[in-house]
Amino acid sequence: MSRYRIAVHITPRRGILDPQGKTVADALHTLGFAAVRDVHVGRHIVVELDAGDRKAAEQSTREMCAKLLANPVTEDFEIASVEAA
Amino acid sequence: MKFGIVTFPGSNCDYDAYQAVVEQLGEEAVYLWHKDHDLKQCDVIVLPGGFSYGDYLRAGAIARFSPVMRDVVAFAKRGGPVLAICNGFQIACEAGLLPGALLRNASLKFICELVRLRVETSDTMFTNRYDAGALIRIPIAHGDGRYTADEATLDRLEGEGRVVFRYAGGPADADEWWSPNGSMRAIAGIINETGNVLGMMPHPERAVDPLLGSADGLALFESMLARVAV
Repeated sequence: MSRYRIAVHITPRRGILDPQGKTVADALHTLGFAAVRDVHVGRHIVVELDAGDRKAAEQSTREMCAKLLANPVTEDFEIASVEAA
Repeated sequence: MKFGIVTFPGSNCDYDAYQAVVEQLGEEAVYLWHKDHDLKQCDVIVLPGGFSYGDYLRAGAIARFSPVMRDVVAFAKRGGPVLAICNGFQIACEAGLLPGALLRNASLKFICELVRLRVETSDTMFTNRYDAGALIRIPIAHGDGRYTADEATLDRLEGEGRVVFRYAGGPADADEWWSPNGSMRAIAGIINETGNVLGMMPHPERAVDPLLGSADGLALFESMLARVAV
């Protein structure tokens, strides 16, 4: 068993109204960042867990995302990084 | 008839529901602790409003795994009536008892006000004491009430007559699907396929006496009394 630190990105599914992202985009425009086309505000979750290997750690985290960390109806998730902890 | 009102850590409308049932409806009610596996032979389960588990992660996401929820889901699958109000609606969606999800209000603001709802169907165990199409006044109090589902789910809900309440009475220039929180198709309440689980963001238990500003919610409880076999 080794310990891994896995970072997960959870974002609102594209096409679903994201009022928070839109508000932030408007604020960036106000600040002069005219090139900003879109902003999405989601969650960044870091999980530390023990697993036999990197692949098992990632697989387990995917299951966590599907069951709890993300809502499959409205959110997408991606594993952003897997590091030995 | 015996109502079981689930208390999660962070529930804050359990007492309102209790009062509505006991004082206004004149029926029996008991609290069900979220850690227990005991529904105490209740005829109806109420998942009340509040902020269970501080709305951590997503509203309702953690409460769904409370021990009592396993029994509530089994009760619902057997056809037992479940009234899921506000946070209870969010929990019921997370638990898969109802389709869709409740997201942050489009305005990003918590909204607490008396709103008008249209009763879309009187053909349910929760609304048989209303006339279909009736406009009623019921309060809302939520930050995450924007009903969201994919188009296929929305079409199915409509096709099967499962949209029970819609927001009504927006500003004069409002479009057909106006809602205070940005809900898709102005949906305020839906029922499950088998007609025994109602989820709604508005609070009927807070509108059971003219002193509260409206008594329009009482008929929902009376409907259950009329239809649920004890």
